[in-house]
Amino acid sequence: MKEAEITVIGAGPAGLSAAIEAAKYGANVEIIDENALPGGQLFKQIHKFFGSKEHYAGTRGYDIGRKLLSEAENLKVVIKLNTVAFGVFDKNKIGLFDQKDILISKPKKIIIATGASENPLAFPGWTLPGVMGAGAVQTMINIHRVLPGKKVLMVGAGNVGLIVSYQLLQAGADVVAIVEAMPKIGGYFVHAAKVLRMGVPILTSHTIIEAKGEKEVESATIAALDQNWNLIKGSEKELDVDLICIAVGLKPEADLCRMLNCEFTYVPFLGGRIPLHNEDMETTIPGVYVAGDVSGVEEASVAIEEGRIAGISAAESLGYISEEESEKERMKCKNRLKAFRIGPFGSPRQEGKNKVFEEYKRRTKNVK
Amino acid sequence: MRIVDHPILGKIKERKKVFIEVDGKKIEAYEGEPIAAALLAAGIRVFRFTAKEKEPRGVFCAIGRCTDCIMTVDGIPNVRTCVTPVRDGMKIKTQVGLGKWEQK
Amino acid sequence: MLNEQTILNKVKTSPGYPSKERFFKGPVAVIECPEEIPCNPCEEACPFGAIKVGEPITNLPMLIEDKCIGCGKCIANCPGLAIFLVNLNYSKDEATISIPYEFIPLPDVGEEVDVLNREGKFVCKGKVIKVNKGEDHTWVITVSIPKEFFEVARNIKPLK
Repeated sequence: MKEAEITVIGAGPAGLSAAIEAAKYGANVEIIDENALPGGQLFKQIHKFFGSKEHYAGTRGYDIGRKLLSEAENLKVVIKLNTVAFGVFDKNKIGLFDQKDILISKPKKIIIATGASENPLAFPGWTLPGVMGAGAVQTMINIHRVLPGKKVLMVGAGNVGLIVSYQLLQAGADVVAIVEAMPKIGGYFVHAAKVLRMGVPILTSHTIIEAKGEKEVESATIAALDQNWNLIKGSEKELDVDLICIAVGLKPEADLCRMLNCEFTYVPFLGGRIPLHNEDMETTIPGVYVAGDVSGVEEASVAIEEGRIAGISAAESLGYISEEESEKERMKCKNRLKAFRIGPFGSPRQEGKNKVFEEYKRRTKNVK
Repeated sequence: MRIVDHPILGKIKERKKVFIEVDGKKIEAYEGEPIAAALLAAGIRVFRFTAKEKEPRGVFCAIGRCTDCIMTVDGIPNVRTCVTPVRDGMKIKTQVGLGKWEQK
Repeated sequence: MLNEQTILNKVKTSPGYPSKERFFKGPVAVIECPEEIPCNPCEEACPFGAIKVGEPITNLPMLIEDKCIGCGKCIANCPGLAIFLVNLNYSKDEATISIPYEFIPLPDVGEEVDVLNREGKFVCKGKVIKVNKGEDHTWVITVSIPKEFFEVARNIKPLK
């Protein structure tokens, strides 16, 4: 087989979209993914997505995953599953392990679309079996069809906490409460409204203080917080739960970018340390692109557009598409991205991205 | 507990039923599902005990990142059960500490 | 803190919520989407042009009251499950509410169910009038209730 010109790491929404775009213009693309199934986290998203028609609005996540997969397949994109990209060396050597052998891939361009991982939250008892990431629970219920507990406490009322709570109800569990340390719900009103009208209380300015149980979770103690985030004495309450879900944000999985010595910046609103990149999704290492949550935690619809941009940019740098045409195609994606980054939820993300773009400019100028 | 029917995803797909052995006890599983899913479905949530404090641990991230769910599988310790598919006849053991390599 | 009263206050002042006069004229869509999120499938779903989002996509959906005939097509097309239908003219004493529903088992037509408010608290008993397959696994359940509860009844208790 011909060696791939572009290696995409991660077969989630960003990686698939990047590969599709680059392959569309004729580039020879491979995708590496350590999982047994492609799609990243899309197949566990069983709710309908927001946005406009161009953003696949109204379509459930797993259907978007199916669409992207069949597009990639039609374009003969090779997806290597069960394959871990354990390192990147000399800018273009990717170390792979396919569960049997160690292989080296030497593409001309690399697109890193490795997504994000869930933040843990430490409290007494947090290591007990029965304390799980909300995304982990989502994987279990929606992909593997296994309910890891029956009575649930959700910690965090961002969109992940709210959506997974609703999905737990759909799976037949009882969500006893959602606690949120912030004084207000972080996720969308409509997601909160869905769980509230099912009778799930959302307790803002509340947090978990302990998970109790001999060998696994048997109960959770929650308490109220004052304006200064101090525990209000006497407000402790023990909840009879057997599963505690942690939904306190995600952070970019940017280890490969670190190995490459990409430059980073810190944007708390996008999940912490973000590899610097420009609007065309190229990092401070020429020929290395990022897309999706690894370049700042947002959502799948954004990951798709960023992936497209990275794919177009990589194809352009290989000469498959003229600068003019790629600029035109990228502009379409950028306009759709813009639509997602306005309003009270979107504009802080746009500000965060602007900071990343500006710092990229400043630092690459100094280098040159 | 298995989610047999679901308002969005429908009825669970027919899969090949197999048996695995967990600490000598036979449990039902489906071929290809992660070991962790089969164990959770059987109500097993304690997967290992830590080396020093002998504290129980189970599934935390379910995507192969955190390694909290490692067990000894067919004599090989430290296997991430959340990303390792079930095969018929697999022998799985609750792991204590770093585990031991076992003769086959 | 979000509870029935604070949610009602919030949605009532948004442009998707019908006026009192419109409620009394017959079936009408009630859009409870009071936050600027990037989303517009409702606009396209309405065959009568009664929902407007426009540009930018974060505009709040606006109900154009005289164009809405109460067909309910928007209910299952809203990804946020935030649109309901209220018919105050169902009978002399009863109104109906139509809600998006994504739980199993589905209730049967004629079945008596517990009707809940926006925080999941019991409001009254209701009778299931229609169980319609909506869009992509979202069902639309229509329940008759005593008229006085038309503004608080927004869910039914799932059957186990």
